[in-house]
Amino acid sequence: MSVDVLIPETTDAAVEAFGDGTDITVIAGGTIVMQLLNYRRITVSKAMLLNKAGLSYLRQSDSTWTVGAMTPLSDLLGMFSPLGACAANVADHEVQYQATIGGNLCAPTPPEHPSGDLQGPLIALGATVRSVGAGGERTDGVEEFLASRAGRLVLDISFETPQAGAFAALDRPHTRHFTALAVSGVKSGDTVRLAATGVGPVGVRLLSAEAAAGDPEAAGNAALADAVLRDDALASAWYRERTLPSLVARVLNEIKEAS
Amino acid sequence: MNIVLNGVTVAIKSPPLASLLTVLREELNVTSTKVGCEQGGCGACTALVNGKPQRTCLTPIAAVDGASVTTVEGLGDSDHLTAVQQSFVNHYAAQCGFCTPAMIIAATAYLEGNGSSDREEIEEALKGHTCRCTGYQKIVSAVAAAVAETTFDLTVTTPSPNTVIKSGGQT
Ligand SMILES: Cc1cc2nc3c(=O)[nH]c(=O)nc-3n(C[C@H](O)[C@H](O)[C@H](O)COP(=O)(O)OP(=O)(O)OC[C@H]3O[C@@H](n4cnc5c(N)ncnc54)[C@H](O)[C@@H]3O)c2cc1C
Ligand code: FES
Ligand code: FES
Repeated sequence: MSVDVLIPETTDAAVEAFGDGTDITVIAGGTIVMQLLNYRRITVSKAMLLNKAGLSYLRQSDSTWTVGAMTPLSDLLGMFSPLGACAANVADHEVQYQATIGGNLCAPTPPEHPSGDLQGPLIALGATVRSVGAGGERTDGVEEFLASRAGRLVLDISFETPQAGAFAALDRPHTRHFTALAVSGVKSGDTVRLAATGVGPVGVRLLSAEAAAGDPEAAGNAALADAVLRDDALASAWYRERTLPSLVARVLNEIKEAS
Repeated sequence: MNIVLNGVTVAIKSPPLASLLTVLREELNVTSTKVGCEQGGCGACTALVNGKPQRTCLTPIAAVDGASVTTVEGLGDSDHLTAVQQSFVNHYAAQCGFCTPAMIIAATAYLEGNGSSDREEIEEALKGHTCRCTGYQKIVSAVAAAVAETTFDLTVTTPSPNTVIKSGGQT
């Protein structure tokens, strides 16, 4: 079957070509889509490559950062925790050059494992996502975006420099594609936001743990109420139940030390 | 579409979503890039794309239209080995050889980026590459020795005296 491949050379052209997103497969770095194509797990009739669409940028204005959807993870490595630390934990250096922040946010969630490790730090940072699709341009919080991302083309993601931040993850043997469990935390003023990946199909905010953030041990245990733990190819629910509280406590202790 | 393969511009006829790996092996007969996992996990298909190591199995050919692609065939030949290649020979860093071309490509990029001879840094740089045979120690030793021994010019894609390491490396 022949595939219609579009390679827009400006952001406007990409937005126009995407339209309402019907039947179009977006290819950013391709580190997920190409695996699916190689194994014939998806069929594509129309694809849009974003590599020339002018969406790779990292802009800072005072404390506000705006990161273009096509920005490779290698450009995020030096950034503050939890974002920089999480990007450094993804795959290996070679994949980090190719993999993008937009592709990570939009990583499909197969039944075998969780995906999209950067969703955790972006939820903790209270980031917003600018996207286009049916109904035009929209800016959503990350969780709202994740709940309604079908048919959207991400343009960029914005967040503030945090006062302090921390990231903790289970060790990942070799280049497993996703981290079995990771926790991100961000302190701004008197509030701490916490989020986890590996506890559901997409990243989850840990609201109960946030409410108990003054006591890291108690917050760790409270986090279990925020997560629906499952067995998958990377870890069992049993293992996650025992490790989530300690990752939450570690993040909160690191934030305390840093602030 | 075309790519500049090892310094020579070649036209590509494969469909736009064919992987660079498939194009290299099946259209252009460049077989040093190996088909391992086709999932980005083993590193065996790695080539330099515009000087950076990239998984060719995860790269649609249309995304690298016009790019410079360097495979191990573009680094040296049996009479003119590059520093890294010679060091792999000197240190017995290959057994079956399946991972070796991509290891050499990754190590070449590491040297080009002024990588040090620190073993942990080398391991970190090569961590996306799986070797089923060597246990990695000899590969790391080969890269460390190449760092210590070489003046290396990656921009030269046909072997020249600059890309050649003299014999006399540690054996
Ligand atoms: C060896 C290996 C290890 C890996 N390890 C990890 C890991 O540890 N953690 C992790 O999170 N990921 C990991 N990954 C997966 C992947 O590399 C990353 O998630 C990466 O950030 C995906 O980005 P991409 O640009 O390559 O996505 P692509 O493959 O291009 O796209 C992924 C999905 O997002 C959609 N998409 C892409 N861009 C947009 C956009 N702008 N708007 C709307 N939709 C879009 C695509 O249509 C597709 O559905 C790994 C991959 C490999 C090969
Ligand atoms: S074949 Fe490309 S990484 Fe394994
Ligand atoms: S030498 Fe056999 S896989 Fe590395």
